[in-house]
Amino acid sequence: MTRYLKGVALAGMTSAMALFSSAVSAVEIEYWQYFFDARVTAMEQLIENFETANPDITVKMTHFPYADYRTKVAAAIPAGEGPDVVQLFYGWLNDYVAAELIQPLPAETFPASQIDDDFFPMVQAMKDGDHYWALPTAVRSLALFYNERLLDEAGVEPPTNFNELMAAAKAMTKRDGAGNITQVGMTAGMTAQDHHWWREGLIRQFGGEPYLDDYQTVNYNTDAGLQALEFYASLFSGDDAVSAIGFMDEPQAAFKAGRAGFHIDGSFRIGSLDKTRGLKWGVTELPATAEGARSNYSSYWVNAITTKAEGEKYDAAVKFMEYVTSDEAMQIWLDVVGELPAKPSVGLTDANASNETYGPFIRGLAYANTTKFANESGQRQLMVEMVERMTLEGMSAADSLAIAAEAEQKILDDYYK
Amino acid sequence: MRLYSNLSIKQKQIVWAWAFLALPVLFYGIIRFYPTGTAFVISFQEWNLLGDRTWIGWDNYVELWNDPVFWKVFVNTFEYLLIGTPLSLVLSFIIAYHLDKLRFMHGFLRMLYFLPFMTSAVAMAWVWRWFYQDVPIGLFNNLLASVGIPQIAFLNSTTNALPAVLAPAVWAGLGFQVIIFMAGLRAIPQSYYEAAKIDGVGWWTVLTQITIPLLRPTIVFIVVFSSIGFLRIFDHVFNMTTNNPGGPLNSTKPLVLMIYDTAFNGFNMGYAAAQTVVLFLILLLVSLAQLWLLRSD
Repeated sequence: MTRYLKGVALAGMTSAMALFSSAVSAVEIEYWQYFFDARVTAMEQLIENFETANPDITVKMTHFPYADYRTKVAAAIPAGEGPDVVQLFYGWLNDYVAAELIQPLPAETFPASQIDDDFFPMVQAMKDGDHYWALPTAVRSLALFYNERLLDEAGVEPPTNFNELMAAAKAMTKRDGAGNITQVGMTAGMTAQDHHWWREGLIRQFGGEPYLDDYQTVNYNTDAGLQALEFYASLFSGDDAVSAIGFMDEPQAAFKAGRAGFHIDGSFRIGSLDKTRGLKWGVTELPATAEGARSNYSSYWVNAITTKAEGEKYDAAVKFMEYVTSDEAMQIWLDVVGELPAKPSVGLTDANASNETYGPFIRGLAYANTTKFANESGQRQLMVEMVERMTLEGMSAADSLAIAAEAEQKILDDYYK
Repeated sequence: MRLYSNLSIKQKQIVWAWAFLALPVLFYGIIRFYPTGTAFVISFQEWNLLGDRTWIGWDNYVELWNDPVFWKVFVNTFEYLLIGTPLSLVLSFIIAYHLDKLRFMHGFLRMLYFLPFMTSAVAMAWVWRWFYQDVPIGLFNNLLASVGIPQIAFLNSTTNALPAVLAPAVWAGLGFQVIIFMAGLRAIPQSYYEAAKIDGVGWWTVLTQITIPLLRPTIVFIVVFSSIGFLRIFDHVFNMTTNNPGGPLNSTKPLVLMIYDTAFNGFNMGYAAAQTVVLFLILLLVSLAQLWLLRSD
């Protein structure tokens, strides 16, 4: 009996010691991102793999609704609370650096020349001299989603250029007896992804350059810009319109409901379309011009180490950053979230680039541009209003374009002054 | 302890009153007045939430004065007030006046009117937003289309959008105002009505000479209360126009939405604070004016 008790006591002591010692050597770092179901699931997997490989580090993930995200980060880090590794939109980098919320990645672990070689070139926006401030796991681009049933019904094929796009969209548009559109050939609305398509896609395809001086000067009040706007407006104006602004409230809702033939959206939409019952969809590259000119828009979220991380937490944060920018992490992110790997070596593998779903997005990265926004929602709003002045107030495309260009230049001037 | 026992009864009462008041006073001081004061200070600064605050004097107010969007929004805000308040006042009085006379299913009807007030504004705004859509999903336009009338662009129009957004807001507030009016009607002594009956005056005279004058405190309360509500309208507008907040072309944007947009999309805290100060002054002036106009003699 005594021996048994001794045994129990001994066992208890050893386990207590084990617990104690692990508590001493374990470092806990905190990771913040905004809430999006698939991103959280993917990050949980990454954290699990990372913790298995580094048993002395635990990572605690916190997520917030997107609407609160920026405010919370801004309030927490200066107060010494909050994350050691934080996720931010590429467009916020300047603000985060200026506010000293993040610190540069160590050049010995993340040599700039190596990253220049390994990552897609748009990531170089995160570079400052010989170090990087932040790095993405994944990037996004746009592609043209199509409803297979509607294509079959109209007897048309997925388009490769604008002419085919318009012809196919026309064939899929349906009206009721009074001429009201009940099914659109293609969704339209600057509130969704169309403003990116217009800026970085259409304008460049019509031979223009939307911005100059590293995105500090608006340059779309030109012939190319006007042609791009007129092409875009032809989707939803006139008697032979193939679309209607605000049709079924939101473009993606119309597409999900099977009432839209084509829909331009990002790779992040794949997950929610997959869950839509009864929708048979496919995806293809954004249509080219008749001459074959293509252009696309890409954007990305990056991870960075905050100024709060010091000492052993800093070392742990560096290790974690190394893992979330590794090839393995990128493949997991692609499989779970549907966002594209940030390195060509992972993204452009034969399996990924020829993948039926991801392929068009990944191929689109090769000719994609990334807009540097000063205030993304403000700049988008100007595009929305540019179209509204034409549809609701009957203004000419040229006049509306000029107003938008002037207003956007003001936003840029205020930001970069 | 000695100090306390030396106090007079009156002083002791004051000490106790303040002891009980301390919690709400502290609460108001820290949660309400301190941030309000800070907002006034921030309105003279430039701050993007992340960086340092820099003092820029009256620049935010000058920018506001020269901002065409602000004047559009200013007009919208008063449109909400000047259409919403009288409309809901008249409607709720008519309903309360007749409901008060009704015995049959009185409780049930009262419940029906009160129900929208208890419903979440967000849920209600979304349901109405879908009512207003074009064919094939909008209820109203489907009804119109089925009888061969052309569609009406409710939300996608610079002229129709504001009344379309206001309608559910008026409807939602009606229940509360009806209840208040009914309480006011019940509080009028029956003897006045009996005297009027004996004198043989008509219902119009009874209404204008007895009921409405005696309802004055109720009317003051409802007017002030609903005016503040309409001046601060936000959730209905925001939820019915989320993709294009306050649109189309700012035709539905109230001041509160502009503040929200400037602060949490533009991260221009100083400019947003200046707008907040303006809203505060408008609310103050409107409330004071109403209290003065409807003061009892």
